[in-house]
Amino acid sequence: MSYDIAVLGGGPAGMAAATEAAQRGARVVLLEESAAPGGQVYRAPPSGFIGPVDADRRAGDALRAALLASGAELRTGCRVWGVGGGPLVPQREPAAPFRLDALDSDGRSFAMEARALVLCCGTHERIIAFPGWTLPGVLGLAAATILLKAHGVLPGRRVVVAGAGPLLYAVAAKLLKAGAEVAAVVDLAHRTEWLRALPRLAARPDLLAQGLAWRATLVARGVRVIAGAGVTAARGDEVLQAVQVEGAWIACDALCIGHGLVPATEATRTFRAAHRYAPAEGGWVPVLDADQRCSVPLLYTAGDGAGVRGAAAAPASGRVAALAALHDLGLLPDHAAARVAPARDLARAAKAGGAMARMMALRPALVRAIPPETIVCRCEGVTRAEIEAACADGAADMNQMKQFTRCGMGPCQGRICGETAAELVGMHCGGREKAGFATGRLPLRPVPMDALLGEFDYADIPVPKPAPI
Amino acid sequence: MFDVAVIGAGVMGCSTALFLARAGMKVVLLDRGAICREASGVNAGTLTMQMTRAALIPYALRAHEMWLRMPEWCDGGHVLATACPGLSVAFTEHEAAMLEERAHFRRQAGAPIELVTPARAREIEPGLSERVIAAGHCPIDGFTSAYLTGRAFRPALLNAGVELREDCAVQGIAPGFVLETAAGTVQAKRIVLAGGVWLQDMAAWLRVTLPIKVLINQLVVTERMAPVMRTVLGVASGLLSLKQYANGSVLIGGGWQGIGDRARGGLAVKPESFLGNVRLAAHAVPALRDARVLRAWLGLEAETADALPAIGPIPGIDDAWIIGSVHSGYTSGPYLGKLLAQAICGQAPELPLFPIDRLLAQEKAA
Ligand SMILES: Cc1cc2nc3c(=O)[nH]c(=O)nc-3n(C[C@H](O)[C@H](O)[C@H](O)COP(=O)(O)OP(=O)(O)OC[C@H]3O[C@@H](n4cnc5c(N)ncnc54)[C@H](O)[C@@H]3O)c2cc1C
Ligand SMILES: Cc1cc2nc3c(=O)[nH]c(=O)nc-3n(C[C@H](O)[C@H](O)[C@H](O)COP(=O)(O)OP(=O)(O)OC[C@H]3O[C@@H](n4cnc5c(N)ncnc54)[C@H](O)[C@@H]3O)c2cc1C
Repeated sequence: MSYDIAVLGGGPAGMAAATEAAQRGARVVLLEESAAPGGQVYRAPPSGFIGPVDADRRAGDALRAALLASGAELRTGCRVWGVGGGPLVPQREPAAPFRLDALDSDGRSFAMEARALVLCCGTHERIIAFPGWTLPGVLGLAAATILLKAHGVLPGRRVVVAGAGPLLYAVAAKLLKAGAEVAAVVDLAHRTEWLRALPRLAARPDLLAQGLAWRATLVARGVRVIAGAGVTAARGDEVLQAVQVEGAWIACDALCIGHGLVPATEATRTFRAAHRYAPAEGGWVPVLDADQRCSVPLLYTAGDGAGVRGAAAAPASGRVAALAALHDLGLLPDHAAARVAPARDLARAAKAGGAMARMMALRPALVRAIPPETIVCRCEGVTRAEIEAACADGAADMNQMKQFTRCGMGPCQGRICGETAAELVGMHCGGREKAGFATGRLPLRPVPMDALLGEFDYADIPVPKPAPI
Repeated sequence: MFDVAVIGAGVMGCSTALFLARAGMKVVLLDRGAICREASGVNAGTLTMQMTRAALIPYALRAHEMWLRMPEWCDGGHVLATACPGLSVAFTEHEAAMLEERAHFRRQAGAPIELVTPARAREIEPGLSERVIAAGHCPIDGFTSAYLTGRAFRPALLNAGVELREDCAVQGIAPGFVLETAAGTVQAKRIVLAGGVWLQDMAAWLRVTLPIKVLINQLVVTERMAPVMRTVLGVASGLLSLKQYANGSVLIGGGWQGIGDRARGGLAVKPESFLGNVRLAAHAVPALRDARVLRAWLGLEAETADALPAIGPIPGIDDAWIIGSVHSGYTSGPYLGKLLAQAICGQAPELPLFPIDRLLAQEKAA
């Protein structure tokens, strides 16, 4: 299978990118691991599930409808585990095509090729460790939304929602609508932070109205909102029973917590594209030009994976990236004219999105407050004290810290612990830029060996010539 | 002024520097990156006799012992070295013949390898496939967690008085062994080049032409899984190395080649090498079908024209030494560093070095 453009990730950025490119006649494939396109914010409900038709649903449905009409090939339930080719194949003229390896919905692995690749992989949620964060019942805001939006399942009966950013209020409002009791909303931001962000948020009255509506729901239902505070500990006998806020314990059976969003850069790191550390945009982001081009040829990044700017900016950046890809492939005669409208939309949406992203930026005080014996890497059971001992033993960057401790070597490959660990290393070695990031390697997601292996004969294995004796 | 500057802090540079300092020399150890972050920190950590070149077996046997007793000679530093039996297996008649021949040479060199029946092999390794038709068994085998190597050496180096300079690339060497770095010059009475695949560039600083081939070795690790094997497993051709760590993860290697080069390091796996390597592994241990592949990476291994080591004085330049390009060099590393330190200190090394005159002569003839 061979395409002009492959788009990885079917959130708003990816849907818009694929739609734009296909409408203009390119052979396009969109790869998405969920059962339907939509991404985080426009996650499609399962078929037969009658959920509320809110603004998100309508915006998501519009993007989905345009995508379906565009002629782009849509591969959902398709988990991409391998990216390669392109700039990783040295000295080939013309450039080698990109190669993507994926598991289809039946769990079989297949490969495809594309001349250009647009990455729209979104974000991971940042959760900064605190005592008790690994108890069952503690989950991310993103995980909570997936439960609510895609499965119609409540994370608990009595829920505390905590962390930073607008997601707090979205999740709390959705929990209430779905019938849960919200024991408290604990917002790290002070009211003044919100007030300072207001003028920029006003660039998107629709979003502002949505935010105000969420707040109004909470007020109407008498939900306690604790501003300028965080959850400092969680406790429970095997499962969560209470969380600690400002010294007092609040009883709950679920804690939905998120400290912001971190751009998913596994793929751009794998391609050895240049990155820069931009805390206000969520962390390490690929270095891009004004048309979403990465530092390596024919590779583009759009949406929150390029730096957190929010759902409204995502489709516009996807379209800008798609137009650049078409242009670079020689498939778009009038690039300059075509990019005017989406570039303008992007600039406008990015303003409001940027204000939100800044509120969700990492707060170093949270990391400094982690007690030494608290687990940071849950896959490998590595504590803050162990990470700092490794730093004292000379580990001065993320890769060496990882070697010395195994932090980040488990199934999540640092997606969960990476931010906390990097901040700790940065405190010792002179900042996050020095601490760097773990080298990007395949697979992007763990792959079952069975799916890779397929049926084979021993004689078919291309065993290289023996080593000398 | 240092007595010795060792350039390159992999297993070769670290062990050479450590034994030189313990012999009373004032040593500086420089690396352009962090300690043991190239081949010596990313390798498969197999301490096997059945992949080691026959000529290196006497060295590897001694080094195997050193790894197992590392805390005793390295101030408590360790790499979780684990001893276990090793099996090298054959699936075809052709491989069985290769196995027999290779076992013979290695046995002559001192490795206690015996050929065993498939049934006996499966007693030693119950995880082994029914498809095996012959096996070589070596009771002296084992593995380490190579990612711990830098952490294991570092305190001992510092305790011995070695001045360790990380993130300090040497850019060239001016007459009188004046090493140029971005942070100024460093002068020493003697130098040791220990630069892994970058030995070719380092030799060029001294106007010595020493061609070093770069191998881009691929490794694959699985998620933790229930025990599926308890030996170090290889195949007759040497293109598989397989073992399960105490934490349940299985490491799959064997020297399959990926994409990369000296300048940019190991960039990407080749899809056909990736697939070939994991298929070979699952052919040997069928239970690996249930594993999940977690991560694949690449490291750079050096090879001389005759695939034998470059260890000894640099001809024509007094007090300049070289160490590296050792096949299965992690296994032999600590012992080879100790030998070179003996030679530099003017003692007769316990076992002969591998002088590079032969490689330079070949180059001139070519
Ligand atoms: C829980 C949550 C709730 C949010 N709610 C709001 C909100 O109410 N309002 C708002 O304005 N913003 C909200 N945001 C922010 C919003 O989600 C993002 O700004 C927007 O989704 C970004 O779009 P995107 O296309 O960049 O990424 P995403 O929407 O995250 O889409 C990325 C897609 O890529 C897919 N993908 C990634 N890697 C692979 C792979 N290897 N193989 C296959 N598929 C892959 C993922 O499955 C996903 O569908 C929310 C974010 C989160 C996490
Ligand atoms: C993937 C892989 C798997 C392997 N598996 C095994 C195995 O299972 N068993 C086994 O016995 N062997 C194995 N090997 C081989 C073994 O790892 C090597 O032989 C050994 O580690 C080489 O050590 P070294 O010190 O010579 O080189 P390296 O560890 O590469 O060290 C060279 C050092 O020189 C430094 N350097 C380079 N240029 C400069 C400069 N200009 N200034 C300062 N410093 C510089 C580098 O940064 C580096 O740290 C494997 C190798 C690889 C790559």
